[in-house]
Amino acid sequence: MNGVAAARSSAERRAGRGFALRWSRLAIYALLFLFTIFYLLPVYVVVADSFKTLREVNTTSIWQPPAGLDFGAWASALTPPLVGSGGIGPGLVNSVIMTVPAVVISSIWGSINGYLLSKWRFRGADLVFAFLLFGMFIPYQAILIPLVQFLEKLHLYGTLAGLALTHIIYGIPITTLIFRNYYSAIPTELVEAANVDGAGVIGAYLRVILPLSVPGFVVVGIWQFTNIWNEFLFGVTLTNDPSVQPVTVSLQNLAGSFAALYNVQMAGAIITAIPTLLAFIFLGRYFIRGLLAGSLKG
Amino acid sequence: MRGRLLTILLLGPAILASLVFVYLFIVWTFYASLTGWNSIRPLNGILPDFPLVGLANYQALFATQRFWPNDIFNTAVFTVTFIVLSVAIGLLLAILLDQHIRGETLFRNVFLLPMALSFVVTGTIWAWIFNPNTGINQLLDPLGINAVRDWLLSLAPLKPLWDVLDFLRIDLLRPGLTTDSRSALGAVVVAAAWQMSGFVMAMFLAGLRGISEELREAARVDGASERQIYLHVLIPQLRPVLVSVVVILGYISLKIFDLVFVMTRGGPGTATDFPSIYLFVSAFQSQLWGQAAAIAIVMLVLSAIVVIPYMWSQLRTETQA
Repeated sequence: MNGVAAARSSAERRAGRGFALRWSRLAIYALLFLFTIFYLLPVYVVVADSFKTLREVNTTSIWQPPAGLDFGAWASALTPPLVGSGGIGPGLVNSVIMTVPAVVISSIWGSINGYLLSKWRFRGADLVFAFLLFGMFIPYQAILIPLVQFLEKLHLYGTLAGLALTHIIYGIPITTLIFRNYYSAIPTELVEAANVDGAGVIGAYLRVILPLSVPGFVVVGIWQFTNIWNEFLFGVTLTNDPSVQPVTVSLQNLAGSFAALYNVQMAGAIITAIPTLLAFIFLGRYFIRGLLAGSLKG
Repeated sequence: MRGRLLTILLLGPAILASLVFVYLFIVWTFYASLTGWNSIRPLNGILPDFPLVGLANYQALFATQRFWPNDIFNTAVFTVTFIVLSVAIGLLLAILLDQHIRGETLFRNVFLLPMALSFVVTGTIWAWIFNPNTGINQLLDPLGINAVRDWLLSLAPLKPLWDVLDFLRIDLLRPGLTTDSRSALGAVVVAAAWQMSGFVMAMFLAGLRGISEELREAARVDGASERQIYLHVLIPQLRPVLVSVVVILGYISLKIFDLVFVMTRGGPGTATDFPSIYLFVSAFQSQLWGQAAAIAIVMLVLSAIVVIPYMWSQLRTETQA
């Protein structure tokens, strides 16, 4: 039986006031549409304005639709016509170079940690888990200054490798957390059976756990990709040269070099957002699962 | 059990990395905050080789108007209004979407969409929307909002309310928006809530869906109206979710940086300045590393007050389960 529908119809019958109910449904949809406008208005602004020409920027408000689809602002945002006024093109490349290995490595690392902490529960495993988790709850400002010094000593300051390393290390808590919760739903007997067959810690991971891990990797991968791609604080403090800055920092600089040109800034904002938006649109289910897994335990 | 040594060995790198990059770095920051390392000279060794000055950096910090009371005041106002607004919108949306809505997935995705964006992108867009010359004023003035706004602001009985909102810097009726110190903080709060309220909705919706249908049905059999069921049965059940939401939003707001940096740069004046921005300027522009470290420790303590009790209770319930 469809319990939800049955419950609703019985409630409607008992209430015996279909008319009032219909009005309240109307009010619900009206409210939802109002909020939809609130959420989509900035999206409209950013899309519409990115297609405006220089002349339209001077003559129209940000709310008016563009006269046509002009990609001039997109081109300017990527590679500005003026030498020395940086566009986000290099930042885009840097972000890809930095994000992809960081996501891959931190996902694999988190998977191994989560597997060990949930399937090889030694004495003090919970303590180790708490020890690793703590890094998730600190404001990164608290470690920023020694981090700068540390990376300088290793000659990694101002390099994409240094930035990637930073994201990998501070990704340990969340990737470990999500994988640990994910693996706790897999029966430990599977690992034990593999051990009986002679597989050790590593063998059981490769033969039993890893093949079952694909959804976990998708969730963690999207989470890490979104966070690392969108990150700004490390990007702006650990790099000092536009040639190694991630795209979020380039976008912020764009606002400085194109102060009055909102079409270029909006185009830059869209370009910056496209990769994570694509992940959200095509893998939304996993995106939401990661969102909840990172905050709700278990 | 076999493989215990190997297990610990394989966990070693993560443990070591956390030990150094989290725990030792925090200790390092604390040590730096006690030194007179407020110059451009680079460090020779591993630790700041500057004389210890005790709590002088903290004393100087709390003697600076910009930090105390200004930054702490802004942080408090932002944290509270951001949490209240996000939770109110998120809870309302979750309840609305829980009414067997046609197109629920579509609505949900629209509300969650900002979560995929960087705060830098959000800040770029909202800076233009709240720009008094190009933004929301241009949209609303033709509708006569300006007259309504002036009329509301001139109403004598409401003056105390506007005074309070002015004082809190969230009086968005002020036409200056991001350029008026009486409203600029409010503009940042709205942008932040736009980004995060969808997440709150997702949390509450997951919470509502996790409550068994029997509980609702039992309340219906007892003759409770739909409104009563939400007020007295369902919303109290969401308490654990609410606690998680408040802690997560609190953690975000206590360290908020990118959104403000992009939207207002802390201005006008220091009306939207936050410890994170002051730290950034102190360290990376003024080379006042000792002072920056002191700000970092204050931020850490503020976060710890919110997070440690939460983490403690979460870990305890988990080990009990």
